[in-house]
Amino acid sequence: MTAPVSTTTVDVAGVSGVTGPEVKPDARWRLRYSKRHKLRFLGHRDVARVWERALRAAAIPVAMSAGFSPRPKMSFGLALPTGAESVAEYLDVTVTGEGLDDGEDLCSRVAPVLPPGLEVLAAAPIDAKAASLQEAVVASSWEFLVADTDAPTLNRAIERILEAPEVMVTRERKGASHVDDIRPAILELSVIVGSSLDVDDPRPRVRATLGQIGRGIRPGELVSVLLPEADTAAALQRVLRTHQWIESDGARREPLPAAEASLDAEGGTTWTPPTRPPGPIAVRERPATVMTGT
Amino acid sequence: MTTILPDMWEELEPLLGRVERPARYIGCEVGAVRPRHGPGKVAWLLAYPDAYEVGQPNQGLQILFEILNERDDSVAERAFAPWTDLESLMRARSLPLFSVDTHRRASEFDVLAFNLSSELVFTNVLNMIDLAGSPIRAEDRNEDDPIVIVGGHAAFNPEPLADFLDAVVLGEGEEVVGAITEVLARWKASGRPQGSRGDVLRELAGLHGVYVPSMYEVTYDGPRLVAVTPRYRDVPATVHKATVADLGRWPYPKSPMAPVTEVVHDRLAVEVFRGCTRGCRFCQAGMITRPVRERPAEQIRTMVRSGLERTGYDQVSLTSLSTADLSAIDDVVGALVNDPTACGTPSVSLPSLRVDAFTVGLAAQVAGRKRSGLTFAPEAGSWRLRSVINKLITEDDLYSAVESAFSNGWTRMKLYFLTGLPTETDEDTLGVAELARRCVELGRHHTNRSSVTVSLGGFVPKPHTPFQWFGQNTPDELRRKISLVRDATARQRGVQLRWHDPAASVAEGIASRGDRRIGRVIERVWRGGGVFQEWGEYFDLTRWEEAMAAEGLSIDWYVHRHRTQDELLPWSHLSAGLHEDFLWQDWQAALVGSGLEDCRWTPCYDCGVCTGYGIEHVVASPVPPAGGSQGTGQDLARGGEVPVRLTSGPST
Repeated sequence: MTAPVSTTTVDVAGVSGVTGPEVKPDARWRLRYSKRHKLRFLGHRDVARVWERALRAAAIPVAMSAGFSPRPKMSFGLALPTGAESVAEYLDVTVTGEGLDDGEDLCSRVAPVLPPGLEVLAAAPIDAKAASLQEAVVASSWEFLVADTDAPTLNRAIERILEAPEVMVTRERKGASHVDDIRPAILELSVIVGSSLDVDDPRPRVRATLGQIGRGIRPGELVSVLLPEADTAAALQRVLRTHQWIESDGARREPLPAAEASLDAEGGTTWTPPTRPPGPIAVRERPATVMTGT
Repeated sequence: MTTILPDMWEELEPLLGRVERPARYIGCEVGAVRPRHGPGKVAWLLAYPDAYEVGQPNQGLQILFEILNERDDSVAERAFAPWTDLESLMRARSLPLFSVDTHRRASEFDVLAFNLSSELVFTNVLNMIDLAGSPIRAEDRNEDDPIVIVGGHAAFNPEPLADFLDAVVLGEGEEVVGAITEVLARWKASGRPQGSRGDVLRELAGLHGVYVPSMYEVTYDGPRLVAVTPRYRDVPATVHKATVADLGRWPYPKSPMAPVTEVVHDRLAVEVFRGCTRGCRFCQAGMITRPVRERPAEQIRTMVRSGLERTGYDQVSLTSLSTADLSAIDDVVGALVNDPTACGTPSVSLPSLRVDAFTVGLAAQVAGRKRSGLTFAPEAGSWRLRSVINKLITEDDLYSAVESAFSNGWTRMKLYFLTGLPTETDEDTLGVAELARRCVELGRHHTNRSSVTVSLGGFVPKPHTPFQWFGQNTPDELRRKISLVRDATARQRGVQLRWHDPAASVAEGIASRGDRRIGRVIERVWRGGGVFQEWGEYFDLTRWEEAMAAEGLSIDWYVHRHRTQDELLPWSHLSAGLHEDFLWQDWQAALVGSGLEDCRWTPCYDCGVCTGYGIEHVVASPVPPAGGSQGTGQDLARGGEVPVRLTSGPST
């Protein structure tokens, strides 16, 4: 529980101007957090500002970029659409050598200064050379409700999409219309009953894993092809991102599992999230029922 | 008697996905005190009649929010004006105004209290009372409706809103909200029997600092107001403002909140002193907030440190009406810059900077490596006119400030001016362009990128100031003056000109010095859809002109007419402590260009506030801060060099 920052994961050579052996080099940390409840209406940029302030209030010594306007060295994964909830958001932050014991230290210091709705689920040091989240994340898994649509209708729509060789959508990009085939980006698609946050919720939901390479696709775009007649803005409800995925050695894995943050290679720190009050969150649970596509 | 309803978040939530900037409706500020409701507690809904991002940083709202939540007998939440997109969705579903703290319906509160920081928000006040589900006219409300209260600077002439308000707080709210709570708690405990609303209002009318418009009879003779008379013997003929004697006893907000979404002043704010006696004659804030009360330097340091640590902000604003005037400003700023907190060295912003070299030195100390821009407000383009308005900045002060700024690395400067001031001649107006030109020229010695942005605002005379008798310039006259400056600066490299819409100044003028008859006008503008009048995209003077015409009222008479000494002003039964004859003498002194010194460091000239209220300046240093010449220790005998008259009235 009290494993120190693993210096073996740090690219010491990359830290310039470090002379004395007593100076600990900067370390990169990865945090997994949830964004829920009222805070789902907070935009991506605002979330970044909230994190910046929270780390400062927690007196976490975040490294600053060089240059005329130094910025804290922080980078986020793929932006979550405003209005969506998530139990799989990530933040990479570079922390200077002093002042941080372990993941638990980081989490317990940050927790009280985060607004209600943001919660750290895991934290662990990562390799200084690890690819950024922006580069590494290949797909996200989502769950959402489609208003006024029953399970059989959803199933038929899903079947139609999965059987289609290509699914063309028109999207705006830099002021111009582009017609893209989004079928290759639809990696998984099914109907579930119950959600990752509330297994007892009887309403049918769409569960989808969508590729994020290149421009990727968002749940809203998926709904627009699933139910072309529906008003997407009104139909798409209670969007929840359950996972982001990275690939290593051909296998899909999470950038940081929620309930145990362990480094595969160098054996960094392991951290279990603090006990939460009894509530609906059960990140690692699978949904109660997965309905078949027929 | 109030039934506890579940909060309305569930009904609101589906709408938020369909509106712009939904984060302004969620609250969730870091550090915000959690309101604890309970039986018997008086529940206040503290409302700001503009968008969240404008109202959230308001310090008055945050201070009262904490004070009311600390008390055992009260609880407070905050509400803001929903933007028009959300409002129409709410109205289509009959959803009422709600609090952002726990998303409770407005109907669950006993008090609906508005902070009025300007007059153009008046139509939003009506809209929010209506959205709260209450009748907009005070006389139509019964025991189940909230008590509607206003406070803040624009509440010093609440007459245009009188028909819609139950009570008005004049002055500082820290102590008054407690007194009001006690009266309302007793009323609540009594079960609010039918017919008791009038009695409780009458009781409120007896509290110091509280004005209850319905307790006064207003009499007109033709267009002229002739009397404002209390209806009952126990109702005071004149209502006096409330003033906190010692700011050090009120170290609020103790738990400053950091909003999760971006707002207009997105930094920690610590009020370093209240009140200002520089005596600028156009400035309502400087007249109604007297005397000067400094916060002890040690308390400032503590509030800054703990505020930064709680919120994680890296920027703090030391607020007041003229921050460089704080006695201990050097020490306070020095400590911030040299003694980093656990969160690092904060950047310090000093709003409302005095114009002199000392001030620039301070600014240089706190600006760090960034020299983004420096703002000065000389307000008028000539020494003569600055003597008229008592903004006693000499050319020496100004140019040494500008020289100092350029030599300290700044390249951009913003200069604020008013136009349409009493006795203003075209020579004075053109002085603005000349001043800007010389500033750019000074800058050229240091950088070839030097630039000056001139901002011109049309002057709107305000109640409780020496200029309350002055007839506001017409929009045509303001436009003519603006184009004088525009033509004069058109070919000047490095000078940019911005100006405030003269049409908006007309509406502001109607509301600022209006009487109760203006209430019908405000109601018409609101019913015609005129909300968010501070926002250019929603402001339309035609609505105001049509409403005035429909009520048979003359804009010329209300806005552009010079008042006479014998005229009863609509706010003359309301007092900020200033003797009316002091204001009149100061107005006469203005007309001959005679200046008045700052009384915090020179003998008292008896404006009436300290002597009348038995309070005094709380100022740590007996002498003005170094280099602070403005209005102190300078030869003011130069006043009256130029024989001046009021420029002719309404239709110039």
